[in-house]
Amino acid sequence: MNMHTLNNNRPHYLNPYFGGVLLGLLVLLTVFITGRGLGASGAVKSAVVTTAEVVNQDQAKANAYMGKFISDDISPMNNWLVFETFGLFLGGLLSGILFGRLKKPRVEHSPGISRKTRLIFALLGGALFGIGSQFGRGCTSGAALSGSATFSFGGVIVMLTIFGSAYVFAWFARKLWI
Amino acid sequence: MGPLIPNGFIPGDWNFVIALLLGIAFGFILEASGFSSSRNIVGVFYGYNFVVLRVFFTAVIVAMVGLIYFDYFGWLDLSQIFILPTYLAPMITGGVIMGLGFILGGFCPGTSFTAIAIGKMDGLVFTIGLYLGIFAFSLGYPLYSDFYNSGDMGNVTLMDVTGISSQWFAFGFVVIALSAFWVTMLIEKRVRKRITEYKF
Repeated sequence: MNMHTLNNNRPHYLNPYFGGVLLGLLVLLTVFITGRGLGASGAVKSAVVTTAEVVNQDQAKANAYMGKFISDDISPMNNWLVFETFGLFLGGLLSGILFGRLKKPRVEHSPGISRKTRLIFALLGGALFGIGSQFGRGCTSGAALSGSATFSFGGVIVMLTIFGSAYVFAWFARKLWI
Repeated sequence: MGPLIPNGFIPGDWNFVIALLLGIAFGFILEASGFSSSRNIVGVFYGYNFVVLRVFFTAVIVAMVGLIYFDYFGWLDLSQIFILPTYLAPMITGGVIMGLGFILGGFCPGTSFTAIAIGKMDGLVFTIGLYLGIFAFSLGYPLYSDFYNSGDMGNVTLMDVTGISSQWFAFGFVVIALSAFWVTMLIEKRVRKRITEYKF
C-alpha cells in the first residue's frame, strides 16, 4: 500500500480537542440536568441481572450481589443507564452512517495477529473489564470520566489506575497491536 | 437551580427520554472521535495515536472548569450532585484489572458499543466478554464481598481528602493536560515515522 491510497482511505474523525470539548460539555450538561454523570458498564450489569432473574428468579435473588439490584416492582432494565446506553449505540450508529464507517461485519486487528487471536483477546479483555468495573464502581465513563470531572477522589483513583496499569501491561501485550 | 431533574425543574417523566438523548450525543461523540476502532484507542499506549488522551483530558478539564463556573453563577448546586463513592483498595484493584482488560481487549465498555454499531465483531465479542465477566463476578461475589466493601471512605471529593480548593484542582488538571498535549504531540511525531501499517 503506498502513501497515496493510505491518504485516500483516511477515516474522517473529529479534531480530538474539538471532540473533547463536546464530550466535556456533554458531561457538564448531564450533571446539570440529572445531577450525575454518564456511564456504560452499568447497563451491562442490568442486562446480567435481568437474564439471571428471567432464567431463575429465586437463585438470582439469592445471589448476594445481584439481589441488591432486584426489586419486586421494577425490572432492572427500567434504569437510566440502560436508556442512556441504548442511546449510546444509536449515536454511534448515526455517526457511523454520517461519516461512512458503517460497513458489513468485520474484525479489526493488527496485521501481526490473526482474527481468531484478536477475538480471543477481545473476549478476555471484555471479561476483565467487566470484573474490574464492579470493583471500581464504574468503568472509564462512569468512574474515570464522570467521576474525575465531578472531583470524586475514587474517580481519579480509577482513572489513574486504569491508564497507569495499561501502560505497564502494554509492553507485554505489544505483539497484539504493533 | 440545577441539577434540573432532582430539583423539579424538569418532570421526572422525562428522565428516560433525556437519558436516550444524552446517550445518543455520547455515542455520536465517541464514534466521531475515532473510538469505534480499537487500534486508534490503544495507540495511546504505544505512542502512535494519542487521540484517547486528547479527547479524555480535554473533556475532563472542560467539565471541571464548567462545573466551577456553573456553581459560581449559582446555576448548579455542587453539594447536590452525585459524587462517586470511594472504596480505596477495591477501586485500585478494579482499575488495575480494567487496565489489563483495556490493553488486551482494545476497548472500554462505552467504546465497544459504538464499535458494534458500525459493524465491528471485535466490539461485539468484547461486549460479550463484559457480560460474562460481570456474571462471573456476581457468582463469585460471596468469596470477596468483604474486600469489595472494604476501604469505604464515603462520597468524598478531592477537596475533602486534601483540603485544597476545587479551583486549584481544576487549574492543576488544566496545566497537566496542556503539558501532556504538548509532550505527546512530540512523541507521536517520532513514533509515526516508524509505523507504516496503520491508517491515521
